[in-house]
Amino acid sequence: MANTYVKIATVTVGAGGQASIDFSSIPATYTDLKVVLSLRSSVAAAQDRILIAFNGLTTNYSLTYLMGDGASASSGTRAAFGDNMAGYIDAASNTASVFASTEIYIPSYLSANNKSVSIESVHEDNATTGRAILLAGLWSSSAAINRLTFTPASGPNFTQYSMATLYGIKSS
Amino acid sequence: MAAGNTYTPIATTTFVSAQASYTFSSIPSTYTDLVLVSNLISPSSGSLYIRVNSDTATNYSRTNLYGNGTTVTSDRASSETLSYVYPGAIGASPTTLITTFNNYSNATTNKTWITRANDTTLDVSAVVALWRSTAAINTILFAINTGTMGIGTTFTLYGITAA
Repeated sequence: MANTYVKIATVTVGAGGQASIDFSSIPATYTDLKVVLSLRSSVAAAQDRILIAFNGLTTNYSLTYLMGDGASASSGTRAAFGDNMAGYIDAASNTASVFASTEIYIPSYLSANNKSVSIESVHEDNATTGRAILLAGLWSSSAAINRLTFTPASGPNFTQYSMATLYGIKSS
Repeated sequence: MAAGNTYTPIATTTFVSAQASYTFSSIPSTYTDLVLVSNLISPSSGSLYIRVNSDTATNYSRTNLYGNGTTVTSDRASSETLSYVYPGAIGASPTTLITTFNNYSNATTNKTWITRANDTTLDVSAVVALWRSTAAINTILFAINTGTMGIGTTFTLYGITAA
């Protein structure tokens, strides 16, 4: 039976950290893409945000989120690239060796229609505020996605042992 | 999740004309779970729902959690004749819904599913549903109650095997 859920690439951040995680030259042979992230930021704060970029571009992003932080729930929208988060992640002020978990599903990434993206992300450290967030992302572009780039909003780095895996999913 | 043939496409479709519904029938009972990936293009402003095994009795209930960019809401409905998978009327932008049916083929327990829906112009939501039937799920209807879903809309049903 053919593989229909295939690992395309994995990135594990080494000693010294890494300013971005970049999946380039994504093959155009799948139906959907899924990214699984385990990330921590080097910024001296209680959390950071992940930014996602398609094809290296910084325009035409928007999102709606639903978030709970253990005390309250909130919902908001964002449209600027710098706010184009794919979730919150643990950072240097959090409990050591704790990494946030994020899953991103991108259906029909080769389509000529605008791209709708489904994201779930959590970070928790048994000390300060954790967050669980659901995101509806939209990249208003007819271009096929051939590159995904993740950067910490503040960083400047993802810390050692951060990890990202890109999967390709075939519908037939 | 293990890669490879534990994640098997059962059936897929891409609309070449606008349609109000799509049905997966004769779903094999050989998997552990099902995942339905729905990517709607230019849907009409209607409500999206699932109906399984053509059951039109009042056997469905659901609990919604959703945010519209300003407020967060949770509500529920019970004894419905279908299972809404989005809390309100959908917008016209591309909308991704991922529905997971756990343990869908057993003949002992009532069935549940969860739908994560994403419409950036309206709501981001999670909807959990109950179908009060112990029958194995063998048919899934996905439909919009007003208008249609446009050309390019895709539905793919995957079977997940636990072992």
